[in-house]
Amino acid sequence: MSTAPGCVSRAVVTSGPRRPPPQRADSAMAWLKRNFFDGIGNMLITFGLLWVLFETVPNLVRWAVLNAVWYTPNAEVCHAAAGACWAIVPEKYRVMLFGTFPYEEHWRGVIVIAIVLGLSVISTVRRLWSYWLFVAWIAAMAVVFVLMLGGVFGLKPIETHEWGGLPLTLIMFVGTVVGGLPAGVMLALGRRSTMPVIRALCVGFIEIIRGLPLVTILFMASLMFPLFLPEGMTIDKFMRAQIAMAIFFAAYAAEVVRGGLQAIPRGQYEAADTIGLNYWQKTTRIVLPQVMRIVLPSMMNEIIRAFKNTTFIGIIGLFDVLRATSTAIQDPTWVRYSIEAYLSIFVLYFVLCFAMSKYSERVECDLAVRR
Amino acid sequence: MSEQLNVASRERYSRARRSLSFSGLWNNVAVRSWIYQLVIIAGVIGVGTFLIANAQNALSKQGISTGFGFLQQRAGFDIGETSIAFSSSDSFLKAYGVAVINTLKVAAASIVLATIVGVVVGIGRLSKNLLLNKLAAGYVEIFRNTPQLLQLIFWYTIITNLPRPRDAISIGGVFFLSNRGLSYPWFESAHYALLFGAFLAGCVAAWFLVRYTEGQGRRALRYVAWMFALGAIIGLPVLTGYFLGDARVISVPKLRGFNFFGGATTSPEFLALLLGLALYIAAFIAEIVRSGIQSVGQGQIEAARTIGLNRFDTYRKVIFPQALRVMVPPAAGQYISVVKNSSLGVVVGYPELFSVNNTVVTLSGHTVEAIAIMMSIYLAISFIIAMLMNFYNLFVQIKER
Repeated sequence: MSTAPGCVSRAVVTSGPRRPPPQRADSAMAWLKRNFFDGIGNMLITFGLLWVLFETVPNLVRWAVLNAVWYTPNAEVCHAAAGACWAIVPEKYRVMLFGTFPYEEHWRGVIVIAIVLGLSVISTVRRLWSYWLFVAWIAAMAVVFVLMLGGVFGLKPIETHEWGGLPLTLIMFVGTVVGGLPAGVMLALGRRSTMPVIRALCVGFIEIIRGLPLVTILFMASLMFPLFLPEGMTIDKFMRAQIAMAIFFAAYAAEVVRGGLQAIPRGQYEAADTIGLNYWQKTTRIVLPQVMRIVLPSMMNEIIRAFKNTTFIGIIGLFDVLRATSTAIQDPTWVRYSIEAYLSIFVLYFVLCFAMSKYSERVECDLAVRR
Repeated sequence: MSEQLNVASRERYSRARRSLSFSGLWNNVAVRSWIYQLVIIAGVIGVGTFLIANAQNALSKQGISTGFGFLQQRAGFDIGETSIAFSSSDSFLKAYGVAVINTLKVAAASIVLATIVGVVVGIGRLSKNLLLNKLAAGYVEIFRNTPQLLQLIFWYTIITNLPRPRDAISIGGVFFLSNRGLSYPWFESAHYALLFGAFLAGCVAAWFLVRYTEGQGRRALRYVAWMFALGAIIGLPVLTGYFLGDARVISVPKLRGFNFFGGATTSPEFLALLLGLALYIAAFIAEIVRSGIQSVGQGQIEAARTIGLNRFDTYRKVIFPQALRVMVPPAAGQYISVVKNSSLGVVVGYPELFSVNNTVVTLSGHTVEAIAIMMSIYLAISFIIAMLMNFYNLFVQIKER
């Protein structure tokens, strides 16, 4: 198993007694030579890259910083300037972040964002990892739904088709993981079951879902699924998209979990049998805790992917952050600054995904060293 | 003592198997598992029939006939970008054909571009040169940690905001980037299949030449062989062009009036989708390449050095063949995801399978059939790539004797 970059692999640490690193006379010149001008090929690469950077970076800085307009309610000011128009962000951020959610009720969206992000931060503390954390997420989701839907405690009811922006993206993301993870574990267990019918069903389901683009599954959920329901019964579009996203995530999560299940030595199962545990006791108390530890890095990758995939729901007409931004820049006076608007949510997505991936790398390191 | 216990338990077990009492059957693992499975089969069939009956009911109420007969009907819509002739009077079936070709075209181009960029960035991440190393790392982090759809929309926005063809951005005077897409040199249309054949023949000849002189130690001979190989790759198409009476083998795009003539031009949609698919996947390919190369033991590299291979040959003959085994399975997964994510073309209006299918659903009303067709095509493509990669995997695997 390869370890994350920057993470000292165990093989190196344990091979032989530790020796002190060799002393290196590290003057500035020596450092430069070692890292940039060590040999002709290296020098050519350095100069080539420097040339490219000198051609692009100053222009980029001039556009993005020096000549940019940071704040103005008047698009004409942007038109006159030569640089980027970041003013579109303060002008349109409410639409970009909350989409079609009623304007006076945006505070509810803010609380939802705070709950999800706050609980995410809490979840990073490894001492708190237990089944209870999962319960906490489910409870938080219940609170979030009450807050978003309204209709109780004097909150104005808001239907799901009016939801939008970052709250929608986050709810869709959390719903996907909270719903898809248990389903994925069940699918993986089913795939390794000794019962041929269950195994065949799980294999077929996983492979078909994994062979299809997410867009087609969402499309099926939004167009074809309503046809199959009994007359008069409807599931709203948000819920249909949520189920489709969770199913898609479950199929990929199942493959990750399967990898972990295969890594558990037979002895563990046999030992569990010996002390008389039944199937579910064996699975939940002996096997899964070890599996989860093994698959954590790959599972984090799938979770990050699930977050990026929430943008796909825009294609079937839900107003996630990306779609809300596309809508915000339909305004003819601001439409020419769409690149700036997209760049700003680019940064938003990058910050969230990058944080998740760095965290996952750190956990991977810790677990790899401790094991 | 244990002998006795064993006998006792065996007796109990066989009694449980023999007895026909309900509790006995229930305690038999095999019987119980079959009961579970029968219940599940019944459940699946039951739910399935219920759903299908609902759909049939709903469709018959809407007066929609079911079946695949509609494929022969007149499509009644145009497709913006086609590789084979298609007009609105052609059938739905042919529309699917055009769509599949478009999907494969953009996927193939993306896979090639993603592989090239991915290998370069992946090797860059292992470079001793700090600048290259950090730039490659930055590329991977940025492209891996943002949604592909956002990247795609971003590229499309940039391309549509590019200058008009008259003020196109020229790259070396042969590539032109404008809001009409990328114009690039291409074969003269009439003989391009022949010329391409000549080019391929040149490549094969070059490969044999280099291969043949490989074992010979003489440096000069090898350089001569390399020159001849290069000559074959360029010379064969040129000669073919000359004998066909068409000296201009390749035509360079030229601005005439408001647009480019000569060469070839990709549509802005194709270009955006190509960049959106390739640059995103390239970040993942780069990681695969990096970990593949790192998986080759240090001893292998030291051994290669010891027998006097230079850096390039160490890479080509020792590191890469071994890294390839580690890289192929995950790379295959990424290639499949390129094909699947080409369905994002619908967002920028590139007529690939998913977006054409949308039009078919709207125009024909045969939702269920159209979605079934689309899904089977995607599944078929995914499975074919997976199968090809499995064969390849068998081919490169360590041959254990």
